[in-house]
Amino acid sequence: MSIRHGLLALLERGPRYGYQLRAEFEDSTGSTWPLNIGQVYTTLNRLERDGLVRALPENDGGQRPYEITPDGRTELTLWFATPIARADRPRDELAIKLALALTTPGIDVQAVVQTQRTATMRALQEYTRLKRSDAELPWRLVLEAMIFQSEAELRWLDHCETALVRYDRPAPAPLPQHDDATREAEV
Amino acid sequence: MSTAVLQLRDVHRTHGTGEAAVHALAGVTVSVHAGELVAVMGPSGSGKSTLLNLAGGLDSPDSGEVLVEDTALSTLRRPQLAALRRRSVGYVFQALNLLPSLTAAENVALPLELEGVSARKSRPLAEAALAEVELTGYADRFPDEMSGGQQQRVAIARALVGQRRLVLADEPTGALDSVTGEAVLRLLRARVDAGAAAVLVTHEARHAAWADRVIFLRDGRVVDASGPLTQPEQLLETAS
Repeated sequence: MSIRHGLLALLERGPRYGYQLRAEFEDSTGSTWPLNIGQVYTTLNRLERDGLVRALPENDGGQRPYEITPDGRTELTLWFATPIARADRPRDELAIKLALALTTPGIDVQAVVQTQRTATMRALQEYTRLKRSDAELPWRLVLEAMIFQSEAELRWLDHCETALVRYDRPAPAPLPQHDDATREAEV
Repeated sequence: MSTAVLQLRDVHRTHGTGEAAVHALAGVTVSVHAGELVAVMGPSGSGKSTLLNLAGGLDSPDSGEVLVEDTALSTLRRPQLAALRRRSVGYVFQALNLLPSLTAAENVALPLELEGVSARKSRPLAEAALAEVELTGYADRFPDEMSGGQQQRVAIARALVGQRRLVLADEPTGALDSVTGEAVLRLLRARVDAGAAAVLVTHEARHAAWADRVIFLRDGRVVDASGPLTQPEQLLETAS
């Protein structure tokens, strides 16, 4: 998700200026994604450069509203119509961290798993607390997405831990060898 | 902080002897206060159920002390312990243990009647507890005339009847679908917010997340605990 498309979606409702966009963006995501006003204006400038929005004359209050252009509308429609590709998401730092922890001497992988589990559990508790406090539907959907993601991460951590217990116990993990004989023995 | 309703102090419990000995709990210290819901998580065999059994006085530790409302369970004789269990502790288990020959209200009133409360007095209390779990009008139904979710709510009403101060729940959402399961957690949470202390044993992170504190057990030891966030707004920023 980019701020670009979020702003385009809001401008589809009608012309708006920066502070309005920021307030509505935060409302529609239940403030789960706070924006600073600088990000809003930088994004608006880029959208204008790309011909997706157009600046309107300043109003009496000295605020400059923007409106969506036909190209902007096409871009927005395309965004809604296109599934988000897995490859577009940032690389999973946690998976990489665990993989490296396994092969780095002196690192207690179980402790790494537990540290992450506690942090993720804490996040899950907080999302659940927010959901309990009668969240409106749009925000609740955002919260539930985060709840399911945290839950998936915790399950995956459980899985990692089980795998560690199973494979690490026989011998104190030797440093991985790179000759083929060792690899075959592992299989 | 308020007084601890439940305290486990350096509790050890071993099942079996010699080679076959299993150290179910190896030095666990936990306090649960009024108005606090504590979830206990951990892999199978980590000691979760042992902890709950000790907390409810169904089992006793090899060493260490279990206190319910400042009374050390080890100082109680069997009838006193049974009385404390009936009066102060409510249990919700995965197996509902409803008596099929009793109505919903009679099942809920059972702990009160065992305590010597007359049927005339216990009936309105049972009805109030059934109302709390949104089963008004179901008082005279038998368990087999109710759905699984409704039966589970009867079991919860039984655990809550008579203002029990400590509620112990072992996978209380066990066989329920996710929406009904959430309703059960909502009830447990409401009772805790009204001043009870509760311990919830579960392997579902989504359920444990309803707790104020989550304790992780492994091999009979507390390996970590997750309390409330000090700065929840930080979390939302990182969510972007």
